[in-house]
Amino acid sequence: MLQRSSHLLEIEGLTQAEILFILDQAKPFQEFQRNPLKKLATLRGKSVALAFFESSTRTRISFATAAARLGADTMSLQAESSSLKKGESLVDTIRTLEAMRPDGFVIRHASSGAAAFIAQRVDVPVLNAGDGMHEHPTQALLDALTIRDRKGKLEDWNVTILGDIIHSRVARSNIHLLSKFGAHITLCGPSMWVPREFEAMAPNVRCTARIEEALEGADVVMVLRVQTERLHEPALSPDDYILRYQLTPERLRLARPEALVLHPGPMIRGLEIDPSVADGPQSAVLEQVTNGLAVRMALLYHLIGRAPADAPHPAKDRSNASD
Amino acid sequence: MLLIKNGLVLDPASDTEARLDVLLEGDRISKVGANLAAPGAEVFDASDLIVAPGFIDLHCHLREPGGELSETIESGTRSAARGGFTAVCCMPNTHPVNDRASVTRGIVERAAATASVRVWPIGAASMSSKGEALAEIAAMKDAGIVAVSDDGKPVATARLMRQVMDYCNGLGLPVIDHCEDTSLFAGGSMREGTQSIRLGVPGIPSQTESICVGRDVEVAQITGARLHVAHMSTRASLGYVRAAKKLGLRVTCEVTPHHFTLTDEDVIYDTRFKMNPPLASRSDRDALIEGLADGSVDAIATDHAPHHPASKDVEFDRAPFGIVGFETALALGLDQLVHTGALPLMRLVELFTTGPARVLGIERKLAAGQPADVTIFSTDHAWIFRASDSPSKSHNSPFDGRSFHGAPMATIVAGKIVFRR
Repeated sequence: MLQRSSHLLEIEGLTQAEILFILDQAKPFQEFQRNPLKKLATLRGKSVALAFFESSTRTRISFATAAARLGADTMSLQAESSSLKKGESLVDTIRTLEAMRPDGFVIRHASSGAAAFIAQRVDVPVLNAGDGMHEHPTQALLDALTIRDRKGKLEDWNVTILGDIIHSRVARSNIHLLSKFGAHITLCGPSMWVPREFEAMAPNVRCTARIEEALEGADVVMVLRVQTERLHEPALSPDDYILRYQLTPERLRLARPEALVLHPGPMIRGLEIDPSVADGPQSAVLEQVTNGLAVRMALLYHLIGRAPADAPHPAKDRSNASD
Repeated sequence: MLLIKNGLVLDPASDTEARLDVLLEGDRISKVGANLAAPGAEVFDASDLIVAPGFIDLHCHLREPGGELSETIESGTRSAARGGFTAVCCMPNTHPVNDRASVTRGIVERAAATASVRVWPIGAASMSSKGEALAEIAAMKDAGIVAVSDDGKPVATARLMRQVMDYCNGLGLPVIDHCEDTSLFAGGSMREGTQSIRLGVPGIPSQTESICVGRDVEVAQITGARLHVAHMSTRASLGYVRAAKKLGLRVTCEVTPHHFTLTDEDVIYDTRFKMNPPLASRSDRDALIEGLADGSVDAIATDHAPHHPASKDVEFDRAPFGIVGFETALALGLDQLVHTGALPLMRLVELFTTGPARVLGIERKLAAGQPADVTIFSTDHAWIFRASDSPSKSHNSPFDGRSFHGAPMATIVAGKIVFRR
């Protein structure tokens, strides 16, 4: 698996088998996080360039930690301190980083297609850590791992995604991933954020502006962050959003009793989600964070370590632990 | 003297389609007829080729002055000659903007010194194309402009458009508008639709264009002036133009080769697919082809928009809009319109010759006494377009590497062969 491409740029082009392979490979890394000694030598001597052209905290730390726990070094570029601020082009910045000979790139960028743009111009694997409004593949993979763990399987769930769909790369990656596993997906939010064109993106996708309709019968509810910068674009009152779209305990009761609540973070309590839902028994928000680490370790191990698909798993082979 | 022998002469102005010879003497056509003899004349054997009046491109960007890294009058017109164009109208969005006679004169002088084909400048409608005060239109007319436009941007307001139209009406100039409602445009990078949603690229609704075409047609009703809609790309815009023509208004429009060839479904994360107006829906594309066939569209214009390689080698949403277009225009017309049966060949020739000439209010025909501007082309010559072979300083074409059937074989300007394949 993952033999067709040395990059992970999007979920859309992946097969079911490739996705399951990544999830299966992430599994032992999930358990590995509980070890007192959280360091492997698998990628010792390798280095990963974390090029974050758009500010990010959790995804960057997650990738940096994943790389460290595999024994790799990281070189880190952050938007605030980068030479892009001085007018350098993306191509030149990437070539400069490439000249330091990293074994792979992790890219976060505000422009859709930026990860693919870089992948065409470098000779090492590129992992997309979020490109504009396009895709955030590792988020969808960690969400899938969380759903499979908590609900016992990945197939055929009714999934509701709430919030600012049009601007969300998380929504797009999840729509592509879950629809490959037979999900019925309902997208819900203020109408200007949920254009009908999404219904053509994958089978069994529907759009609605009514949260009650969206939640009825839902097995999984994904709450997206309301990007406050977007509230100002066509000015929408946060109070109006809360009134119609906040995920409250009352509204959650419209979903299936065992419905799972996910949030990619960062979460704004009291805006898109009521604190009691965020902290309630149906919420898997913190598991998502841990699973993110496992998924990213699996991807770095396979893409940057170029591990053969049938190699013994490093997190199972304790002799590989560094001491 | 140059004698063009044995070609199939297609002359839309006289509706001539016949195997005739054309004799050029000095910078004029001296004779068109069967089996002409001209002892001592250089002979161009046009057997199996079409001989047409010189092609006119109503819409291009030569980037000089100010953008010489991307194109110059010299490099751009060499590319135009390879595309079969004998005259090109260059838009005023240079640096400085062509909004006064001194800039116009500079373009005319540079063209006289360096250009391969005729360069007909278009002047700005407003100073710096800012949409406020009127540009020095009368002075620019005296210096050689053939039309006015704030291309790159729309004429900012209906009020300004009214003034520009009224003024140009008296001066005998057409007003060309880049129709766009800038508030609806809102920083988009491609046509809004299923593909923009899938790619996560900010979309531009098609109504961004048609709202402004509607506005302009309404203003044309007040003024009765000549309005020409640049690079028209949607079915709704075409509807407004058709309605205006039905009312007897002097409204014309042009369509680019890329808009009658590609659609938004072709867009990938490749900045060579980024232009403004953006590639439209399949329904819009099909409407444009109908309009080209039925006479509602007056001209094919390239909107040749060179951008030097580094400026296009950036993220999709950060790239400038525009593609080069001279050298693929005729071939796309043949492949997409004629070889498909959508248009007769005579109609395609009209869209490159008498059509644009009418927009400018000039004549264009193959007849004795006319300027010796002739385009000779093949309808079946097989070739592959390689952007890197182009004399243009820019290679931003989505058609790089595409194979074609049909190409310009020779371009003759004022009796001189400026390009020969």
